Amino acid sequence: MKTVEEIKSAIEAAVPDAVVEFVLNPSPSGQHSLRVAPEDAREVARFLRDDADLRLDFLSNVTGVDWPGYLEAVYHLYSVEKKHGPVVIRMRTANRSDQVELPSLTPIWRSAEFQEREVFDLYGIVFTSHPDMRRLLMWDEFKDHPMRKDYVDPDDFEYEPTAHDEVLKRAQAHKAAMTGQAGSEAGA
Amino acid sequence: MTELILPEQNGIRVEDSQVRKSGPGAPSLSGKPDGWSRPATIVPDGEGELLEIAMGPHHPSTHGVFRMDVALDGERVVRLKPVFGYLHRNHEKIAEGISYLASMPYTDRLDYICPITNNWAYALAVEKLTGQEVPERAEYLRVILGELTRFQNHASSIGFLIQEMGASGTPLMYAFREREKILDLFEELTGARMMVNYMRFGGCRVDASSAWLDKTRKVAAGLVGFVDEFEGLLATNEILMARTQGVGVLRPEMAVNAGVTGPMLRASGVNYDIRKVDGYGIYNRFNFRVPLGDHGDVYDRFMIRILEMRESIGILQAALKDIPGGPVMDPKARSRGFRPKPGEAYGRIEAPKGELGFYLISDGGPNPYRYRVRPPSLINLTVLEDMCLGHDVADVVLIFGSVDIVLGEVDR
Repeated sequence: MKTVEEIKSAIEAAVPDAVVEFVLNPSPSGQHSLRVAPEDAREVARFLRDDADLRLDFLSNVTGVDWPGYLEAVYHLYSVEKKHGPVVIRMRTANRSDQVELPSLTPIWRSAEFQEREVFDLYGIVFTSHPDMRRLLMWDEFKDHPMRKDYVDPDDFEYEPTAHDEVLKRAQAHKAAMTGQAGSEAGA
Repeated sequence: MTELILPEQNGIRVEDSQVRKSGPGAPSLSGKPDGWSRPATIVPDGEGELLEIAMGPHHPSTHGVFRMDVALDGERVVRLKPVFGYLHRNHEKIAEGISYLASMPYTDRLDYICPITNNWAYALAVEKLTGQEVPERAEYLRVILGELTRFQNHASSIGFLIQEMGASGTPLMYAFREREKILDLFEELTGARMMVNYMRFGGCRVDASSAWLDKTRKVAAGLVGFVDEFEGLLATNEILMARTQGVGVLRPEMAVNAGVTGPMLRASGVNYDIRKVDGYGIYNRFNFRVPLGDHGDVYDRFMIRILEMRESIGILQAALKDIPGGPVMDPKARSRGFRPKPGEAYGRIEAPKGELGFYLISDGGPNPYRYRVRPPSLINLTVLEDMCLGHDVADVVLIFGSVDIVLGEVDR
């Protein structure tokens, strides 16, 4: 199998003007990755899947990662036909708040369908042209994205029947706030 | 009996209508790799109204809390949307807040039928991240326990499948009788029947005594007779054949493109077993065959599991014969102050249900910065709607059962 650097130059030869960056992985696993610009991602993905040497026909894993300042989607690719892999590609969003769109790779690899929905659900990355961009695990009315590092649990989080310590304090504070609110409404 | 409704007969629009070109053997994947298509929409015949049913979350056939929103035209399924999340507890978030080792007992609870393989996948990912070595004896113990796990998973999943077909009791109880013996072995070695918490980064928690190994040899010898009995009881059963053959066909190109793994992928005829491909642990030392299906229907998935059980026994007996002495933990492994250097790793194994992977990012701290489980059960359900469309609602139960999922892993 080609090394990650060779794959990088193959992509650059096949997809002109594609911005691909080598990302070093210092851990002993040696699984280096390629960062792809979101606007080129669909074409790069199609090349990786269809190229006769690579034939990365199996997208195993799709993950979101929350980094300071941006969100990232990571794709682990393998080849069932050539029996090699993994090739790791990643994409970054511009920020964590309003520019969180990335192109969906579900049209290339169907296995991204549920996994991209999960990333949207838990991290808030919106995959454009995904056929069914809904939450996967949380309920539809849920507002936030729980896997983000700055996520704060709501204070009316279901507490235990025999609450103690931190959970008990939170439950009491929530109860006090609720009764206070009800009292002021009754007063008005 | 229901007939398989062919697309052209019922106005089913199938964008990618590639069908399997030739007979037995591995299919050629070198053609057009376009396995993607949205599930075909079936046009109702215009008589009567569509009936929308929520199958689940408390339907006995859903193996837990899982819902399928099914739209029926008479008995025929015209739409099926799976709904997840009833058992979601954000395992990944919890794991990012605790140390690496503290997640090990929690992985038991993912796929609670096969805790050993969950432990193994997680330990493998962390060992990749840190570059740790595993002693020989521990590798053998992992293989022995992993194959016992695969055996009991396949036996009970077949038992559940047949139970859902209406054969209440017998096949499932046959399977559970064997599972009981295997769980007794787990209990004796690890202290727990299911929540084993057995593996560590760089080895296994406790060593197996020679008495335990002898007992395991005895159990392994008995498993051969069990598979013969089980297969003889079921494989040529007329009702089983009528209900499962030609039902829920999954084409190989679609299976690969949709990320389907495990027995389901091999039942579609794709030769991909991570034990062979990656040869993780010491699997490249064992001689075993990878059974492949011809049709990719429910019957093939059932039969593949039977054949894999036979191969498992072979691996088990070879491992029990060759197991060397020595330590079961890497002496350099440290359990306190465990802080992998910054970096990332993706480790995967062939779990009984498919490819189970763990993706870890370390920032040098005591907790993983990112901890991700690649759940085979969830991803194998991607094609559930495609397999069910056009079949009767009674077949949905069988097709779903043949996927073999555990909700603890689907929802995490």
